Amino acid sequence: MREIMYREALREAIDEEMQRNSDVFIIGEGIAERGGSYKVTEGLLAKYGPRRVRDTPIAEAGMIGVGVGAAIAGARPIVEILYVDFAMLGMDMLVNQAAKFRLMTGGDGRVPFVMRTQGGAGGGVAAQHSQSLEALFYHIPGLKVVMPSAPADAKGLLKYALRQDDPVMFLEHKHLYMTKGPVPEGEHIVEFGKADIKRPGRDVTVIAWSNMVPRALEAAAALAEEGIEAEVVDPRTLVPLDTETILASVARTNRVVIVQEAVRRGGVASDIASIIQEEAFYELDAPIEIVAGLNIPIPFNLELEKASVPQKDDVIRAARRALHIQPMAIAAK
Amino acid sequence: MDEAVKRNAPSREFLEKIFRTAYKIRVFETEGIKLYRQGLIRGYFHPYLGQEGIATGVCAALREGDYIASTHRGHGHCIAWGADVKRMVAELLQKETGYCRGYGGSMHIADIGKGNLGANGIVGAGTPLGVGAALAAQIRGSDAVTVTFTTDGASNNGTFLESLNLAAIWNLNFILVIENNQYAVSTPIEEATRDTDLYKRGLSIGVESHQVDGNDPLAVYHLTREAVETCRAGKGPVLIEAKTFRHMGHHVNDPGKYMPEERLAFYKARDPIDRARAALVEMSGVDKADIDAIEAEIAAEFAEAVDFAKESREITAAEFRQFVAAY
Repeated sequence: MREIMYREALREAIDEEMQRNSDVFIIGEGIAERGGSYKVTEGLLAKYGPRRVRDTPIAEAGMIGVGVGAAIAGARPIVEILYVDFAMLGMDMLVNQAAKFRLMTGGDGRVPFVMRTQGGAGGGVAAQHSQSLEALFYHIPGLKVVMPSAPADAKGLLKYALRQDDPVMFLEHKHLYMTKGPVPEGEHIVEFGKADIKRPGRDVTVIAWSNMVPRALEAAAALAEEGIEAEVVDPRTLVPLDTETILASVARTNRVVIVQEAVRRGGVASDIASIIQEEAFYELDAPIEIVAGLNIPIPFNLELEKASVPQKDDVIRAARRALHIQPMAIAAK
Repeated sequence: MDEAVKRNAPSREFLEKIFRTAYKIRVFETEGIKLYRQGLIRGYFHPYLGQEGIATGVCAALREGDYIASTHRGHGHCIAWGADVKRMVAELLQKETGYCRGYGGSMHIADIGKGNLGANGIVGAGTPLGVGAALAAQIRGSDAVTVTFTTDGASNNGTFLESLNLAAIWNLNFILVIENNQYAVSTPIEEATRDTDLYKRGLSIGVESHQVDGNDPLAVYHLTREAVETCRAGKGPVLIEAKTFRHMGHHVNDPGKYMPEERLAFYKARDPIDRARAALVEMSGVDKADIDAIEAEIAAEFAEAVDFAKESREITAAEFRQFVAAY
């Protein structure tokens, strides 16, 4: 299969869906002529024109709200927000409007709205441009939360997002845009709520999403050299969450490491751990390990930035702990 | 009365429609408050009493296929838009036959299929939502117009500028109607902003903007009709500031003691229902007996709606579980 970049896969999804359905349109800052800060929307203006590909002023609350309103009226907007950090300006529209509309109207009102944005540390862009905020959206009933780690998932999930009827927080990662992977041409749909096993393994289940998936895979490769076979499970969507695949993996390995880039406190990892202990307590041979960001804003300094979010070695150490393997024993080996 | 309205010599049919709408809102709110006092309605109830002329005049200028977005004080907008009073009362009484099947209540009545994007419990939120509906219409190549009813209180919210500006740069068929009732809950407008002529805010970003006596339903209608024509000619958006005054506090349980009596008396002397009735009588020769008959008919319609709501059932636990399984 041909290999393309994550950002190209996203562009292909938008392009195909805009082709397929004239109700799909996209607005955002610098997404038209400029093609977006991460080049996801390059070429779409030329192809679909200024009616369906529009630049906006710097007004996140307004543009998110306008997108939500267009969705309520039956269109299928994609609102691109430069950084997930900036989505905080539009939280009323997401939390009080988009998320609640379906229930408040007794089911008649639907909001087929997609907010595409990106988060994550590692870009040297400091505390207001580096957060991982999925837990905020995860906490709000009514929002779907999607976090693709691979180009093919990015394409399939975005295409699915543009065909279903609920508000979707489509959270990309700034470090993934340039990563390459095999992506099917044409129709390729990934439904929400279907986890993907990125690497099978019998010894320990490593649950990770977004940019933590490549990190977990690097850790799994290193662990394999020690004879430890880690199974890397990528939920791909946090809401809905594929607990079935997660629990089946736990039943096979009996040991769990959950990796999230977001801060530890009040995170999605804690909730997944809670679900596992509730549903599969007697399958566990060790306490669930959580590897997460420190409970701090992201610092600018490169070394401090690295220290603030999980690294490969943190995942390796957690997997060893889950297997009751002491560092000394490894050193002696 | 507006000279232009007189010149246009409105028909009896039209004047009767205006009076019926305004009066129906008055009855809904007056009788609704009684139901609230009887304990039949829970939660919040923000009466539209005194402001009926605005929803009545604005909605009369719209047509099928257009959209409205409303506020927390939304009963009047729904009624003027043609909502079924039975389903409205049923919603207030949390019944399955209500517009939201009892999931929404007073602050969330909506009728998406008919273009009512809904009341809203967050002050100011209807403005970006309405602009969004106008954007959807433009993208679909439709000439539908969207009206957002908003408030003086919401005019100090950030999304007011953000979304009106978006409507302006995209020339959307959007009309923002500020119902300036001069109070943000209990804060008088003089304390909330330096320049109390709110229409000027539209002018500052290149939006055609007007001020009108919100207690004169025909003047509101006339101005809105012009605004609708401006929009359908591709020259929108338009802002209309309609000055008015509440007849009571912010909600049913707010006595509104902070509202000066002289000012209240001033606006009550210019009551929109009285003016709609006077217009009907003076301009089309309808006599008192006809008026009495219309009023009795509307009162009976409301009584029927109450019976319908009382007899309706509530959502069952099984229906609830099934509905929320998708969450």
